Amino acid sequence: MKQIIKFSLNGDSVELEIESHLTLLQLLRDKLELTGTKEGCGMGECGACTVLVDGKTVNSCILPAMEVNGKSVTTIEGLTDVQGNLHPIQKAFIEYGAVQCGFCSPGMVLSAKALLDENPKPTEEEIRHGIAGNLCRCTGYLQIVQAIKAASGQT
Amino acid sequence: MKKFDYLKPKTLGEALTLFTKYGEKAKLIAGGTDVIVMIKQKTMAPDVLVSLQGIPGLDQIKLNGSLSIGPMVTHRAIEKSEIIRKNFSALTDAADYLGSVQIRNVATIGGNICTAAPSADTATPLLVLGTQVKIKSLKKERTVSIEEFFKGPGETVLEPGEIVQELLIPKLLPNTGSAYYKLQRRLALDLPLLGVSVLLSLDKDKITCSDMLCTASPISSILHKMEEDNVVCKEVRIALGVAAPTPWRAVKAEALLRGKKLSDELLEEAAEAAATEAQPRDTIRGEAWYRRDMIKVMVKRMAMKSIERVVQPEATVFPERLW
Repeated sequence: MKQIIKFSLNGDSVELEIESHLTLLQLLRDKLELTGTKEGCGMGECGACTVLVDGKTVNSCILPAMEVNGKSVTTIEGLTDVQGNLHPIQKAFIEYGAVQCGFCSPGMVLSAKALLDENPKPTEEEIRHGIAGNLCRCTGYLQIVQAIKAASGQT
Repeated sequence: MKKFDYLKPKTLGEALTLFTKYGEKAKLIAGGTDVIVMIKQKTMAPDVLVSLQGIPGLDQIKLNGSLSIGPMVTHRAIEKSEIIRKNFSALTDAADYLGSVQIRNVATIGGNICTAAPSADTATPLLVLGTQVKIKSLKKERTVSIEEFFKGPGETVLEPGEIVQELLIPKLLPNTGSAYYKLQRRLALDLPLLGVSVLLSLDKDKITCSDMLCTASPISSILHKMEEDNVVCKEVRIALGVAAPTPWRAVKAEALLRGKKLSDELLEEAAEAAATEAQPRDTIRGEAWYRRDMIKVMVKRMAMKSIERVVQPEATVFPERLW
């Protein structure tokens, strides 16, 4: 079964016909060729596929694409500004060495963005609770927490 | 992943019609954090998914004497609800530690109980809160208690064509506190080894220590003071998850406490009774003997946490910081 889906993707309006069993991750990577969003476990456990839907984090690997109809989706590609400058959270990740292999980074950055949008000055515990759904197999959590703290203007 | 059609009805009536029309070929999908995983794992193979997302009226939390929770309310919305945090704290404890932010933003309370895992985080809080489940099909409406709702692992009383329409928590007695503890190996994204919920209602009139001493004291001192003041436990409910094929109430343990004068020894006795009554299993997450020992510990702790919440209703809810 094919269905029309229309939604906002990184600020641009998108309308296309898709097979109705696609996950949002399949739609983003395979149909729209936005490969910044990663597939890790594919079961909603590792958070590598995290994107924002109406500003909230979701695991795109287990979200039916049809559910973003009429909504606004932000992927890691949508985080830079119009001049192509990195988002302050991305800059902080670089500065604090919060990126090792980089596979968890897109999801981690988006979880950090959703956290800071809701809670601009989180405590370290709130940061850890906020990114608990993003696994880093390099286990560089300390630098990630430091980077998010720095991006929130706290040192 | 298996192909399926994805239908998005706009009203509950339309959803009931579609769900009935496709019968066994169709499954309902709420947040999908269980359904899509089960389809990927090939433990479920529907031809049609009928989505309940976006149907107006199913995602509301309303306090009007009793508390009404729509089945499509997400765990994140429960976690953030001040009404629930203040009055129905056990449910906040459960929502706060279910999955991750990503899961809680999507997963719904209706989905959690309909999947009916013995480990469902919201099940034991709903049990101690005395929840009624309103169910609707094209033909009829009915209400069952949450105790009756669970029939076995993954099994509920829902008949073909039936949809959970609303969860209703009746008004609680004054001076009631409740708490849930999820015993898990890590603090996020884990299934519980054990889920323990307790609700206690006290005849608070008799507590003379409503002053500095009580609000600043450790809970064990408060309990001791209550014992001296003959504080009576008017109502009590104890529910356990992952301790039997379904989430269930430890009624024998409750009977030991109900209408009795509170004391440390009595809480211990009730906790012991709950552990004896339970039927935990050996699984990869933990062995039965360990679960049984921990039931004893956690029932007492959650009873104490409930008392603490009666005395200090504004206290922050962070179960892991309690002891």
